[in-house]
This record gives sequence, C-alpha cells and structure tokens, in this order.
Amino acid sequence: MIPENDIPRLLSGCRTKYDKVRGNWVLLAPERAIKLDDIGAAILAETDGVRSLGGILDVLAEKYNAPRDQISGDVVKFLESLRDRRMLEVS
Amino acid sequence: MDAPTPDARAMPTITYGPPIAMLAEVTHRCPLSCPYCSNPIELTKRDGELPTEVWVDVFRQAAELGVLQMHLSGGEPASRRDLEDLVTACREYDLYSNLITSGIGLTEKRLAGLQERGLDHVQLSLQGVDAEMADLIGGYKGGYSRKMDVGKWTTALDLPLTLNAVVHEKNIDRLPEMIDLAVTIGARRLEVATVQFHGWADKNRAALMPTREQAKLCGQRVAEARERLKGTLVIDYVPADHHADYPKPCMGGWGSTGLNVVPDGRVMPCHAAHTIPHLVFDNVKERPLAEIWEHSSAFNAYRGFDWMQEPCRSCDRKTRDFGGCRCQAMAMAGDAAATDPVCIKSPLHAKMQAMAQADAQSDGELTYRVMPK
Ligand code: SF4
Ligand code: SF4
Repeated sequence: MIPENDIPRLLSGCRTKYDKVRGNWVLLAPERAIKLDDIGAAILAETDGVRSLGGILDVLAEKYNAPRDQISGDVVKFLESLRDRRMLEVS
Repeated sequence: MDAPTPDARAMPTITYGPPIAMLAEVTHRCPLSCPYCSNPIELTKRDGELPTEVWVDVFRQAAELGVLQMHLSGGEPASRRDLEDLVTACREYDLYSNLITSGIGLTEKRLAGLQERGLDHVQLSLQGVDAEMADLIGGYKGGYSRKMDVGKWTTALDLPLTLNAVVHEKNIDRLPEMIDLAVTIGARRLEVATVQFHGWADKNRAALMPTREQAKLCGQRVAEARERLKGTLVIDYVPADHHADYPKPCMGGWGSTGLNVVPDGRVMPCHAAHTIPHLVFDNVKERPLAEIWEHSSAFNAYRGFDWMQEPCRSCDRKTRDFGGCRCQAMAMAGDAAATDPVCIKSPLHAKMQAMAQADAQSDGELTYRVMPK
C-alpha cells in the first residue's frame, strides 16, 4: 500500500519518452523499455516528484472525469509494480 | 528487454518491428582478459575501429529506426577516449545510454563528466567477490579494488548501477556473497548470467562448466533472494541451459528486437553471430542501418519460422523459444538451422548432456582472451 500523503518519484535513470516510431509512450529504465498504455502514461505524466499520491489521484480524476476511488486501485497497483522493479521510490 | 513477442501462430510469417536496442561494441580493446569473453577469437585492432563521427552517425540512424536503448560495450568502452562524445550523441538523439564496463579506465571525475553528458545507467561486470578470485578470472591485478571504487562512485553520483556477474564452475557457489555485495554497494539490479559457451568460453568448457548440482542450487538461491530483497534489488537470472530440458529463447526471435554493431562496423543479429561462418554481415560504412535491418541476409537467415527443420518446425513451443540458440546449434550440430541440442527433442541432446557432464566433472587451465599483436 502507498499512503495518500506519500510522494512517488521516478528514480534516476528512469524516464518517459514519446516513441515517435511506434506512436506510444515508453518508460525507459535500466535494461528495460516498457511500453505505456494511455493510463500508464497519464499516471507518470503527473508523477513529478512533488505531488503526493492523493494529489495525483485528484488531478487524474478531474482530468479524465473519473470517480477517484475507482481509479485509485489501478494507480496504486501500477506505482507499486514500478517500486518493486526499482524504478520508483515513495517518500 | 520487455519486448512484446508477436504471437506467430496467428500469423503466416513473423512480422518484425523496428529494433528496440542496439549493442555498440565500440572497441575490442580491454585491460581485462576474461576467459569467457563473448568477443570473437579474431579481435579487431584499434586501427580497425570505426571513428567517432561514424559511430555518431550510426546512433542517429539507430534512433530514427526506432532504437530506444543504446548499450555502449566492447571490449572496454572506456578504452576509447571519445566515450564522452559517444554519450553526448546518445543524449542528443534521445537514446537511453547504458555503459557496460569493467570499470577500468574510469575515474570519479570521468564518471561525473559522463553523467553530465547524459549517461543514463552503468552496468559493471563482476568477476568474483574478492580480489583473489576476481583478478584471477579477469586476468588483471588490481582490477577488483578499482571496480569496487567505480561501483561506489556510481551510486554516490545517483547513477543507477547494475552489477553483472557471469557465473561458472569457479564462482557460482559464492552467489550469496555476490548478492550481499550488490546490496551493500547500492546496486539496484544484479544480473546473474551463467556462462555461455560462445567465443572464448568455448575454449574453457572444462574449466568453467558448472555441475548440474551447482546450477540447481544457484537457481534456488536466486529465487530465495528475489523474494527476500523485493523492492531493494532486482535480480535477472540466465540459468545454465546445458542441464535443462528446453533451450532458452533466442532474444525474442532472431533479428526481431535488437542489433549489434561490432568495432569495425559490421552489423550482427546477436553478439555471438560471428560464430556462424556462412553468415555475411553488412557494414555501416557501406549501407544505411535501416536497410541492413530490413535486407541483410544475416538478419533474414533465421527470422520467423520458415527456416526451421524438424522437430522444431511442427513443435508448438517454437513461438516461445524460437528453436533455441542458432549459435549453439552451429557449435554442436554443425548446422545453425538445427534444433538447439539443449532441447530434449534434439537427436543430439544425449550427446550434449554427456559432454556437459564430462566438462563439469573435469577441470582445465584457463585460456585467457588475448589481443593480436
Ligand atoms: S523442438 Fe525446437 S521449438 Fe520445440 S522445444 Fe525443442 S528447440 Fe524449442
Ligand atoms: S543465437 Fe544464441 S547467442 Fe545469439 S541471441 Fe540467439 S540465443 Fe543468444
């Protein structure tokens, strides 16, 4: 679980880029290039190392006009999977 | 690489997209002389290496073609004085740059400079967990202590660090210490790769082949450590396939995800492709990279499934393992299109296992990699 007040941040050497050749966003990390779907790209676009998880959820809910508690599970799951793979840190 | 593997059963022939990664072997020069080096026996000398501006142009072409990650390797890439310019070019073309290094040739200042120019990641090789073992395998005295410095500088700079340990008969039992070392030094990732017998390693089968028991224990230890260190250290593991029933998949399929440019500019589908004598490799000095990717006969030789023989041709695992390793088939069956003898369905499987068993039981002098004079 990630508490809503915590701030997720991509670790050094992990960055997103728009892949012009394939027409999608990717997360580049040590020895990995992960294709991002629209949701993943939207989450990482708000993960700026300043916003808390709660803040990210607020922005996403507003931007995509989606119920906050409905998206929260997916967002947390996505961020946790990146944390387990040592691409993201929560503080 | 987490490349999406196309489900080839649903398609008549495999469709391959643009390459995701490129391995740039910028030099064969290296202060170390590891007896399992995957470089060819015929090493390219310094005067045969591509100059800076050609590499820079190849990087540009690679980025346009769709390459996302540029692995700067060798030999020892830090042996090139223009490494800084190569890293700058990667950043300029928005390629993710990964420095694959032994650490020799790097100073704290040089590392910081590379970081400033946009270096994304450092992968440091580990030959052993103490100076005695590491310097014996690397054939370079003082290498281990410098390597430890480089590891510490890297993490102190907040550059992501991966340790890459090639494991074999002589060091595989010390895996727990390697894992501890990776955690202590602050590495985010550890690659545990069982030695592959291409290039120089083939000369050292007796000295390096682990036993079946060693390989099994190693696998168990990796599984245990992965669980215990979740969120601290990611462990990638390449098991010993000589003691397995099925071969390892060939990097998402031959010519489907990556390409390798060697010091003199020839482009190969994999780092060991030079062991298949009939393949003809195109050179970036003569042909644009995109054209090579699409039309090179070496890339098209084993793309898709049409080249396969029985038992692979009618086997439903072929979309998973692509018939195993072409280079291993070449080495053991004398035919690169044969089923990888590691596979239990290969007529050569029993012979291969007996050979592996014999190599595992025996020991031999190490034959080190040497540069031509
Ligand atoms: S027969 Fe060929 S495709 Fe089938 S498992 Fe063996 S190597 Fe793989
Ligand atoms: S042919 Fe063998 S060495 Fe080359 S990529 Fe495939 S599995 Fe690896």
